[in-house]
Amino acid sequence: MKKLINGTDSIVDEMLEGMVRAYPRHIRRLEGFDAVVRANGSRGKVALVSGGGSGHEPAHGGYVGKGMLDGAIAGAVFTSPTPDQVYEAIKAADGGKGVLLIIKNYTGDVMNFEMAADMARDEGIEVEQVITADDVAVENSTWTTGRRGIAGTVFVHKIAGACAEAGGDLAEVKRVAEKVIENVRSMGMALKACTVPAMGKPGFDLAENEVEIGIGIHGEPGVSRERITSADAIVDKLLEKILAEGIYNSGDEVAVIVNGMGGTPVMELFIANRHLNEALREKGIGVYRTLVGNYMTSLDMEGFSITLLKLDEELKALLDAPCDTPALVQA
Amino acid sequence: MCARVYDCLKCIGERIIENREFLTDLDREIGDADHGVNMARGYAAVIEKVPRDNPDIGAVLKKTGMTLLSTVGGASGPLYGTAYMEAAKALAGKESLTKEDFGKALELAVAGVGKRGKSVRGEKTMLDALIPALDAYNRKIAEGGSLADGLDCACAAAKEGVEHTKSIAATKGRASYLGERSIGHQDPGATSAMITLEAIRDFIRE
Repeated sequence: MKKLINGTDSIVDEMLEGMVRAYPRHIRRLEGFDAVVRANGSRGKVALVSGGGSGHEPAHGGYVGKGMLDGAIAGAVFTSPTPDQVYEAIKAADGGKGVLLIIKNYTGDVMNFEMAADMARDEGIEVEQVITADDVAVENSTWTTGRRGIAGTVFVHKIAGACAEAGGDLAEVKRVAEKVIENVRSMGMALKACTVPAMGKPGFDLAENEVEIGIGIHGEPGVSRERITSADAIVDKLLEKILAEGIYNSGDEVAVIVNGMGGTPVMELFIANRHLNEALREKGIGVYRTLVGNYMTSLDMEGFSITLLKLDEELKALLDAPCDTPALVQA
Repeated sequence: MCARVYDCLKCIGERIIENREFLTDLDREIGDADHGVNMARGYAAVIEKVPRDNPDIGAVLKKTGMTLLSTVGGASGPLYGTAYMEAAKALAGKESLTKEDFGKALELAVAGVGKRGKSVRGEKTMLDALIPALDAYNRKIAEGGSLADGLDCACAAAKEGVEHTKSIAATKGRASYLGERSIGHQDPGATSAMITLEAIRDFIRE
């Protein structure tokens, strides 16, 4: 394993230190905890708090700032943060108007955030939560953990964040967040697995001519292993699964994320987006806004995911609203 | 077992730390390759932070649960944290442990894990080791067995339970994303639960 680190135990701490030193206008470290909050606080508005395991940077600390999140907690690599850390972040982010937790649907994240929410409610803080579950690679069922939350979460941060910034109350911000969750779907694939630093070896092995379809963002294997084809064919394959949801139809307008997993050249992401954009237009689906880049990564994994969000006038306006965060700036 | 509860926890911790790579390799097959790493980190903190000479078993177990909760992370943190904190409720203020006390503590711990994880037996989780272990323990004690006898039976049942997890698909936790592909692999959580029970048995036997 070759990594630009000083030691596996200090990764999260040193990453957060570097992050706050790069963006002191936006964020500050919550002293003694692995969390960041807005540099100028969040007085008088609903606060949005998210987080999860580290290794998905710029998520989630990179989305803390005006128009998006108010606090983000960073757990160990690919491991949910603990309830005490989440609780402190809730307390610090609370601006007196209540806190909305944005949780990606993983067993550990949900348990730890729910325990923290209980602790915060005991202190008299109003806390609500939404759970993102945009990954269509995983079948949904009442009997399973359900779909994973992946890159679509960034749209929840952006749109719910805009609603909170505009003065929406907790119920309103939660409603908008749930509307995004209902209308956002994603699917990813990997060319090469990632290496968790503490483990020192890749999460799974892929032969030179193999790709893993339906990959998550934690180095867990996907749903099928196939021979590599072309960028266009892979885009078609992911898109087909997303469109099979029946949410996106001719005449609709969507926002798109072509998300890099951390180790993919941005050049290749643009190549994927070229065909994605074309394929959507052919189906009569309008592309209103596109983000191409590393928004929700998986350490050094090579691969990417496609996210589509169906828009209406309300979501368009909130998506267009300005934001100023380390990882997303919109005038 | 008197005020030796710390020594017992240390014994569990050392056993988990020894199995760090093994548990992580199991998790690598069907999860996200961090179970051993996270559990080892948690128990290292338990060995360091839990008071050595507090005679109140319940208080020591509560501290153990809180420590795991704040250091392990993932799903294992809340699950094992809850297990110890629930067990602590059965043993609050106690300075020695009868076989009935242990049974009650194990029962509360297992129920706590089920509730926290919103899970039942047969979903390829810790519970597939813990529930058969609890049943086997209770049967042995009802027959007049000792604490050590009960633990022997519990460990044997846990081992069978771990074997059984190889034959079933996961419907809870991160392995559930693999569905049928998870068949053939033993569950890391059930395995760490078995290791925990075995460490307790070996400690009691000594």
